[in-house]
Amino acid sequence: MTGNAVLREVTLTLPMLPDMEVAASKTATAMAEYMQMTPDRIDEVRMAVIEACINAFEHSHAPDRKVYMTFEVLGGGEPELLRISVRDTGIGFKPAGGRPAPGPGTRIGGTKRGWGLKIIQGLMDSVEIDSNAGGGTTVVMSKRRSAGADSREAGELRR
Amino acid sequence: MTESLRVTVERQEGFAIVYTEGYINNQGGEEIARVAYQLIDEGRKILLLNLNGTKIVNSIGISILIEIIEKMIEIDGKLGFCNLTATIAKTFEIMGLSQYAQIFPDEAQALAGLRTSA
Repeated sequence: MTGNAVLREVTLTLPMLPDMEVAASKTATAMAEYMQMTPDRIDEVRMAVIEACINAFEHSHAPDRKVYMTFEVLGGGEPELLRISVRDTGIGFKPAGGRPAPGPGTRIGGTKRGWGLKIIQGLMDSVEIDSNAGGGTTVVMSKRRSAGADSREAGELRR
Repeated sequence: MTESLRVTVERQEGFAIVYTEGYINNQGGEEIARVAYQLIDEGRKILLLNLNGTKIVNSIGISILIEIIEKMIEIDGKLGFCNLTATIAKTFEIMGLSQYAQIFPDEAQALAGLRTSA
């Protein structure tokens, strides 16, 4: 039996400054360790958080130059799912008429960029993006405690 | 908070091994590129990046590694990677690096593989 009660929650407000993504990745690591994720899954969460922060730092043009993060451990007694929300108050991107999201291989400042979302999607179990022109962007990404828990638990958590 | 990258180089006849320690972000990637281009200027056409001391990377740092790969292709050289964590290997796969650069589990296999294919 699984559930979607919030067992532990941490909120973090990051200034958009160099290497601040590392601070966010340390919080993600602590939460994933609390859930007893495997080291490889913890690494995947850490990397996804870094990419989500960098995306916001680089592309959001948020007037307050801040990223608002929430880390939640969900489950029915036992920790089952780590859900991480990364929100900025920036310019947003398509489909609501804002700037297009840079795709993989887009040249930015001389280097091929735009891999962030693809990497996050490849490393996390699920990713949802809510973005509106002028209304900022929120990326919500989740990872189950173990790969074996898989879709059965994810289905229960969605109910 | 700064997580700087430390780069050390072992030069051998015709090739070099570049060891990294720390976070490969934009500054880290640029430092690796600086060292790699210097090695290319010295005439080395085979480079091995041993990432044993690197546990985190970001896509900006990897984009700079892709530029080094492009440069190596341009000069008909070879760039290999070894000792990647599972997550870094997966990220390289997502970004398509494995199509253009060889990835080896460890240094011994990398050196054997790169020399054979040279």
